[in-house]
Amino acid sequence: MANDNEIIDNIANKEYEFGFVTDIEMDVAPAGLSEETIRYISAKKNEPEWLLDWRLKGLQAFSRTKLPEWQNFPLPKIDFQKISYYAAPKSKKKYDSLDQVDPELLATFAKLGIPLSEQKTLAGVAVDVVFDSVSVTTTYKEKLKELGIIFCSFGEAVREHPELVRKYVGSVVPHSDNIFASLNTAAFSDGSFVYIPKGVRCPMELSTYFRINTENTGQFERTLIIADEGSYVSYLEGCTAPMRDENQLHAAVVELIAMENAEIKYSTVQNWYPGDKNGKGGIYNFVTKRGICKGANAKISWTQVETGSAITWKYPSVILQGDNSTGEFYSVAVTRNKQVADTGTKMYHIGRNTRSRIISKGISAGEGQNSYRGLVQIGPKADQARNFTQCDSLLIGDRCGAHTFPYIESKNNTATVEHEATTSKIGEDQIFYLNQRGIDSEKAVALIINGYAREVLNQLPMEFAVEAQKLLSITLEGSVG
Amino acid sequence: MLIIKNLHAGVEGKQILKGINLTVGAGEVHAIMGPNGSGKSSLASVLAGKENYDVTEGEVIFQGKNLLDMSPEVRAREGVFLAFQYPIEIPGVSNINFLKTALAEIRTYKGLPPLDAKEFLRQSKEKQKLVEFDAKLVNRSLNEGFSGGEKKRNEIFQLAMLEPALSILDETDSGLDIDALRIVSKGVNKLRSSNNAFIIITHYQRLLEYIVPDFVHVLYNGRIVKSGTKELALELEDKGYDWLKEEAHENAATI
Repeated sequence: MANDNEIIDNIANKEYEFGFVTDIEMDVAPAGLSEETIRYISAKKNEPEWLLDWRLKGLQAFSRTKLPEWQNFPLPKIDFQKISYYAAPKSKKKYDSLDQVDPELLATFAKLGIPLSEQKTLAGVAVDVVFDSVSVTTTYKEKLKELGIIFCSFGEAVREHPELVRKYVGSVVPHSDNIFASLNTAAFSDGSFVYIPKGVRCPMELSTYFRINTENTGQFERTLIIADEGSYVSYLEGCTAPMRDENQLHAAVVELIAMENAEIKYSTVQNWYPGDKNGKGGIYNFVTKRGICKGANAKISWTQVETGSAITWKYPSVILQGDNSTGEFYSVAVTRNKQVADTGTKMYHIGRNTRSRIISKGISAGEGQNSYRGLVQIGPKADQARNFTQCDSLLIGDRCGAHTFPYIESKNNTATVEHEATTSKIGEDQIFYLNQRGIDSEKAVALIINGYAREVLNQLPMEFAVEAQKLLSITLEGSVG
Repeated sequence: MLIIKNLHAGVEGKQILKGINLTVGAGEVHAIMGPNGSGKSSLASVLAGKENYDVTEGEVIFQGKNLLDMSPEVRAREGVFLAFQYPIEIPGVSNINFLKTALAEIRTYKGLPPLDAKEFLRQSKEKQKLVEFDAKLVNRSLNEGFSGGEKKRNEIFQLAMLEPALSILDETDSGLDIDALRIVSKGVNKLRSSNNAFIIITHYQRLLEYIVPDFVHVLYNGRIVKSGTKELALELEDKGYDWLKEEAHENAATI
């Protein structure tokens, strides 16, 4: 079979497939961050006074905060004054129906496999689409409305449900939390808002798709999800960006609030442009994600599959305030070429009998660097709190790195904290074994990787698990000689 | 089916196989015996295409094609199966999924459509019985946490599923207790047909009581120094390998 090697070569050289640019007229704010820019953004969006004030508090916090120095990778110099903090497709501010959306834009999302017309969307998934700074469309809105579920862009939520937004925004991630959260507070452009009323089980997956398009812009979206007592919601975000030589900054904030007996499942499949083979370009993905289990028996579960971005730096966390509440973190992070991922979670056990589970799977190939960094904190009142942590690292080749930084702080001696860690390499003997059964090396690696990540992939909603599985295989193709 | 001519191979410049000649016909079972370090497992690895072996001389023709030109996966698809001495563990990859993938690859290569789920399941059940393979193990991660005997049985289960033309059993009997040995042998005997062939590599005559070979070869110092029928295995059991070693040295001296 002469074509065999050819096929492998083709796949091995496969480049980032979402790297195209949409040619569409944009409203772009002049570069730079200042009170003037913030006022410009706020005015563009017709925001109420309180929101502008809050943004300005964020700006103040940002100005007096320095970049952290504890991270395990050289932080590139970011010139915050060179970034444009607002970019939106020109034309209408708000679309009443899809007919009014620029056909260029529709074509873009069709190319990304995200059809925006409801007939064509994945069955049972409602999608909010954020293009650069602005939410383009939200599907299935009416259907959700019947159940009292609010799923809309952040901007719309500010207009339609100011009382909910004002009450909860910044309540989990304060404006002064960290420099990137402050930056987001000051400059956030749009994002998604979800409210699930008491006792309602959201019948479909809610999903946001983020796309950075314009050059020299940052993307600063905010997501706020509130699950009222006894409700349930499963939420998924996906993202891509064009290939550019310049690095672009993505500094999002996600806040989750789960009331008594409520459950929020938040899944991320992150595929921002990772830069080229030599580490040129790519997204800096510096994101603050945190949830709070406010009431008893609440549950928050983070699942992430991180394959993109030049640098991924984030720690989706859970504050376990309600008694018997549960926090979970399932992560697969892949780094290849010169990618860096420093990710993990923080679990704050405050309430009694709170439980947390952390499963982290790092995969490093090429010259990729992968760190797990996590904190399990047990407060003095967290009687019988339990944590289980498992951090596994898989190395492909001998130029990559895996690092683990687990922190445990316990102030309660009835707590049980378990930590397990392993590091392994994909062995040539494993690949040979699969070869000997007729499976070529590329497929063999895909099988081994997916087997390794299975515990995490199993947590994803069905449709996305399949996507994520493919993404993992594609991302690592060509990594093994 | 298989013709090995003057095969020389080694690892990192160290010569291990020093001119192997062997012809295996369809329907035949060949046993290869020999003391430790004689090159038995190396021969199996070279036939399967293990990367770190360099073939320096000779050729191997399998069903009319040059085996040494093929990548390991193509050899497998052409019908060469190696039952590993130490089967590899692959966490998270379920046994059955792995087998399904392997079978699909082999069938695609042969231009056959993949088996439908029902037929695959039926065959899998049937073949499990053949080697008395615990159904629970079928859905577990490939070889992970399996006992030595379970791993060996899994190799024969895979062999049964993939139906190769040539099976090479590399010390499948090592680490097996007598019951497991009997089960594995029974499985192999049922799989024997006029269309396939087996090369059985073993230290001991014990396995050959269960799987009766048509030919027995003794490998010593990288060469086949004696060939015969199953009686040769009994003779070896009696006399050990030393007399053959002496004979081999004498032969070498006269050359």
